[in-house]
Amino acid sequence: MFYRENGQFKTTYAADQQIFPITQDRWAVLAIVAFAFIGVPLLVDEYMFRAILIPFVILALAALGVNILVGYCGQISLGSGAFMAVGAYAAYNTFIRIEGMPLILALLSGGLFATLVGMLFGIPSLRVKGLYLAVATLAAQFFCDWAFLRISWFTNNTSSGSVSVSNLQVFGWNIETPLHKYLFCLAILVLFGLLAKNLVRGAIGREWMAIRDMDVAAAVIGIRPMYAKLSAFAVSSFIVGVAGALWAFVHLGSWEPAAFSVDRSFQLLFMVIIGGMGSIMGSFFGAAFIVVLPIFLNQFLPLLGDMVGVEISTAAISHAELMVFGALIVWFLIVEPHGLARLWSVGKQKLRLWPFPH
Amino acid sequence: MKLRHLVLAASVLAAGVSGALTSTAAFAQAKEQFFPVLVYRTGAYAPNGVPFANGYVDYLKLVNARGGINGVKVSWEECETGYATDRGVECYERLKGKGATVFQPLSTGITFALTEKAPGDKIPLITSGYGRSESADGGVFKWNFPLVGTYWGAADVLVQYIGKKEGGLDKLKGKKIALVYHDSPYGKEPIPLLQERAAAHGFNLQLLPVTHPGVEQKATWLQIRQSRPDYVLLWGWGVMNSTALKEAQATGYPREKMYGVWWSGAEPDVKDVGMGAKGYNALALQHGAEPNAAVTKEILSKVHAKGDGTGPKDEVGQVLYMRGVSAAMFAVEGVRAAQERFGKGKVMTGEQARWGYENLNLTQAKLDALGFKGVMRPVSTSCKDHMGASWARIHTWDGKEWKFTSDWMQADEQIINPMVKAAADKYAAEKKLTRRTPADCQS
Repeated sequence: MFYRENGQFKTTYAADQQIFPITQDRWAVLAIVAFAFIGVPLLVDEYMFRAILIPFVILALAALGVNILVGYCGQISLGSGAFMAVGAYAAYNTFIRIEGMPLILALLSGGLFATLVGMLFGIPSLRVKGLYLAVATLAAQFFCDWAFLRISWFTNNTSSGSVSVSNLQVFGWNIETPLHKYLFCLAILVLFGLLAKNLVRGAIGREWMAIRDMDVAAAVIGIRPMYAKLSAFAVSSFIVGVAGALWAFVHLGSWEPAAFSVDRSFQLLFMVIIGGMGSIMGSFFGAAFIVVLPIFLNQFLPLLGDMVGVEISTAAISHAELMVFGALIVWFLIVEPHGLARLWSVGKQKLRLWPFPH
Repeated sequence: MKLRHLVLAASVLAAGVSGALTSTAAFAQAKEQFFPVLVYRTGAYAPNGVPFANGYVDYLKLVNARGGINGVKVSWEECETGYATDRGVECYERLKGKGATVFQPLSTGITFALTEKAPGDKIPLITSGYGRSESADGGVFKWNFPLVGTYWGAADVLVQYIGKKEGGLDKLKGKKIALVYHDSPYGKEPIPLLQERAAAHGFNLQLLPVTHPGVEQKATWLQIRQSRPDYVLLWGWGVMNSTALKEAQATGYPREKMYGVWWSGAEPDVKDVGMGAKGYNALALQHGAEPNAAVTKEILSKVHAKGDGTGPKDEVGQVLYMRGVSAAMFAVEGVRAAQERFGKGKVMTGEQARWGYENLNLTQAKLDALGFKGVMRPVSTSCKDHMGASWARIHTWDGKEWKFTSDWMQADEQIINPMVKAAADKYAAEKKLTRRTPADCQS
């Protein structure tokens, strides 16, 4: 009833090509963004910021990057953790080695170096596809794990291999409190989200999707596979690299290579698969699912136990957490293999027909 | 895709978000001294994490059975980290809002991450026997307390002991010592000190990293078979230790020549290897297995006999269990010391408790009264010295139990102190911190 596009006529190309052609969508998204910037800071406490929102925002950014590669271009990658690591360590090195380096530039340089490494490891994608490529990108993961553990130059010769940053500032604005950290990451996420959305709508995004759907046919109609694949690797690793730098600088503050282990790569891939391949919205859903659900279960299960009068031990909770989490993933994928984003669009479709479905 | 499914999925998500919101808001603020307990009862390091956690919680139960800290009851809440740094940070954020007295991360990685956060939140960190070695310098690390030992101290004692075995440190010249270490900040901590010692005494240091979690050691032990080092130092944790001992057995490397750090010398490390580990030595963080200590008996009679024990009964008094007990004891005694200054019978904030940890004076008489007679030596901290004492002994596995085989030893201050100061100064320069003033020490 309320969600209906009757009477919304597009009379110009510009109106027809908007990101959100339906007025309600446009307002809803604007409202959500405004809420994220203004409402959330008024509502939530420090724990929510530090433990849930900041990791969610940063990992959503990383998932966005992975989604471009995996979801839009169909190049399965298990090296996302490595590209995050490259972003983090490159940003760290530019930040501490160049006197007076602005934070934003350091973060972007993290993205830049991740782009270079991503493109390098994307070269095999010109020859191999699917699972074979996944294994090839896994090599990126192992190589980076090795490099950041072994080559002490990357970690500024710290004895323990753990590095840290502090005194983060942007244009004289100290990023110290959780609120500032959240706003900073959110601003970057919104910026990159907009960028990514426009990229995938444009010519280059169509090339990626053509390659994903059938690379031979795409080549026949004049799309250069090399250009399309490598550009997907480049854009994806840039975003993932920036996310890695944020994860290290803003969220952890002090980190070791284990923060970007192969587990992180899997986590990002799961986000994309569960959230929805080839969907910007899906990246956010996936990140929320993977970040929030284990923490929620961890706190919810003891409460549930209390309600029925059973005290559950810490070990039992974390075992149960893994089991419930796994079961939910399987359930979601059986019920909706196209991910949470698909659920979202099904919901929208239903709303458009409500209350008279046909 | 049915609407029913959609509604179900949406409600699951909504429940998730609202649950996360409400559970953080529902803080129980009673008049109790709250101790957050970061544990790992699952994951690769669980066999070693569980006894520690049980000991920690049992001692807190004992404190309540004894009537609390000058009448203040203690409360605690466990949070599972799985030894993962990001989960540890989440636990810290979750529990700090509940009036946390002190955090004991039980992981070097989590310690590094929390070291950056603790000063802002004004919550002390106790890292007894682990963490950053340079944090023994209280002039820079105001909130870190590596009580009773750091890895640099551990490595130094081991080198001294080996030197003694050889008949003098000068006899180490030309010898080969291999360090088999967990490839993480934890395993890498001792390297600077060993390098310093290697340069001073002319022994050859071979660094052999083992990746997490430590079950893949074939290549490492092939290298050992090839180079035949005179001694192997083992810096492992969890399953890595027993794997190393099995590999040593398979390689034919004498276990008598193997020396573990204090995290490599507990029952779970050698139990499965049994007689195969006979002769293996490890450092003891003051205490070893203490089945006969007064505190052990008190826990058995006041906690376990009442059916309130946290773990299995036969675990009480084991090495890691005792480490949990003594870690909890430090946490509690710091609060008691703080009460001396800020008011007996009151709940201390984290900031007040910090003062207590900084002015800890556990004399032999106090330790005896707490039931730690023979378990450990006196510890007293100060503004400068956040470690307190660095005594250690060697214990050896005889196939059935751990037996002490050396006298008390102490790390050489001549070597350690300049290194700690240099590393702390480097940290301070990086973070643009200034050393604490005498006035700050009084606060």
